[in-house]
Amino acid sequence: MQGTDSIETGSEDRRTAISWLLGSAVAASLASFFYPVARFLNPPKVSEASVNEVAAGKVQDLKPNSGKIVKFGNTPALLVRVNETDWKAFSAVCTHLNCTVQYQEARREIWCACHNGTYDLEGRVTSGPPPKPLEEMAVKIRGDEVVISRRS
Amino acid sequence: MSAAELKEKTLDWFDERTGWRMVRDLLDHKVVPMHAGTAWYYFGGITLFLIGVQLFTGVLLLLYYRPTVAEAFDSVRFIMTRVDFGWLIRSIHSWSANLLILSAFIHMFSVVFTHAYRRPRELTWLSGILLLGLMLCFGFSGYLLPWNQISYFATKVGTDVAGTTPFAGPALARLLRGGEDVGAGTLTRFFDFHVILLPLISFGLIGFHVALVQKHGMSTPSGIPASKLSHMKFFPNFFLRELMVWYGVLAVLGTLAAIFPWELGEKADPFASAPAGIRPEWYFLAEFYTLKLLPSHVWIVEGELLGLFFFGALAVVWVLLPFWEVKPGGERRTRLATGLGVFLVSYLFVFTILGYVK
Repeated sequence: MQGTDSIETGSEDRRTAISWLLGSAVAASLASFFYPVARFLNPPKVSEASVNEVAAGKVQDLKPNSGKIVKFGNTPALLVRVNETDWKAFSAVCTHLNCTVQYQEARREIWCACHNGTYDLEGRVTSGPPPKPLEEMAVKIRGDEVVISRRS
Repeated sequence: MSAAELKEKTLDWFDERTGWRMVRDLLDHKVVPMHAGTAWYYFGGITLFLIGVQLFTGVLLLLYYRPTVAEAFDSVRFIMTRVDFGWLIRSIHSWSANLLILSAFIHMFSVVFTHAYRRPRELTWLSGILLLGLMLCFGFSGYLLPWNQISYFATKVGTDVAGTTPFAGPALARLLRGGEDVGAGTLTRFFDFHVILLPLISFGLIGFHVALVQKHGMSTPSGIPASKLSHMKFFPNFFLRELMVWYGVLAVLGTLAAIFPWELGEKADPFASAPAGIRPEWYFLAEFYTLKLLPSHVWIVEGELLGLFFFGALAVVWVLLPFWEVKPGGERRTRLATGLGVFLVSYLFVFTILGYVK
């Protein structure tokens, strides 16, 4: 019979349509559950105190031919007293893989313990894997205080 | 090779190595009895689903939470004010905890009133009761974690009550507090309990409980004649219904969490007086109110101790229900069990409301 046929095909179409509707509804609801989760996973920016200048200590506290790590905002900086009068400062973050470098008094160079990278006192790479020189900072002496700042 | 053949071959490959078809066969044979009380079967599943929600949101909260006295409160405030949708995740975790305990209670009482704890399901009952206890411990330990004024004093009172237990009390209180008083040590311990110890025990026990349900199948109330009983395949038929119920629960949960976001309150201050109107979470209210009503001394016994003894005795009778409800001769004390259930439900209901109002 003609009537029965059309009902049969009709119900087949309806089944497909319902499946699609159901599938889209489930997909939409899942998206609405997991969108907030994805946003939650993304850590909010913690306002970094933007530092341009820090006091790194007293002149007399650092002997000639020695270095120390000082806090520069949220990152470490390396202050080196080359001799009585010359001072140098660099970002202490190794350009290779983010380790913190140190001053080697015996060899008068800057060394990264992680992968044996070395820099000279201009911040240039002298050996090892670092791809770029260390970022140099400005050093000023104010009275008996050493002040380091970002180079603009 | 056609796509269908390839699929079959792949499935065979995995079956040979994992035996996963065994699980499928098990699912194929699982049926759910259909009768007037079938709706009660959903509550076990709802509880399990909410445990899943707790696990999921708990793992998320751990990304930002810091379990120290100095940072706990601020880290929760950070979650609620700075992290995208943090307020929602935390609110869902708190609301879900409450719905979970409510659902577990409904599940337990439905088992009692349909006498589903009877042989051979005694161990299913015992593991379920133990799980309910663990869920209450989850609630109690999680309550302290935001380190706010209310939770600080609730924990003082709660651990103090534990301290009045005869003999072991003082040792138990010290063990819970990690010191003489609620402080930094308590927070570290409760954090450990909440995210490591309790989950580990619970997972094992949930596995045991659910495995027993699979082994014995769903219990049918004894009053229903076999002729009136039809069965539905669990997978996919009943399972899809459960999924729909879970969607509904999730909708309720999301609505509650969004419309009534869980409050954070004020940071705990050990040198401030207890705030007025302090009370525990609703699921401890009935006991809390009962203890409030007791006089300080009844004859020569301390009132609080008497209250604890009463709760203890009631708990023992309740836990052993499957063992005394059936007499050795096979005769059943059905009415007594039902009566006890009715008493307990009424007591919890009335005293929770009284505790809330007064």
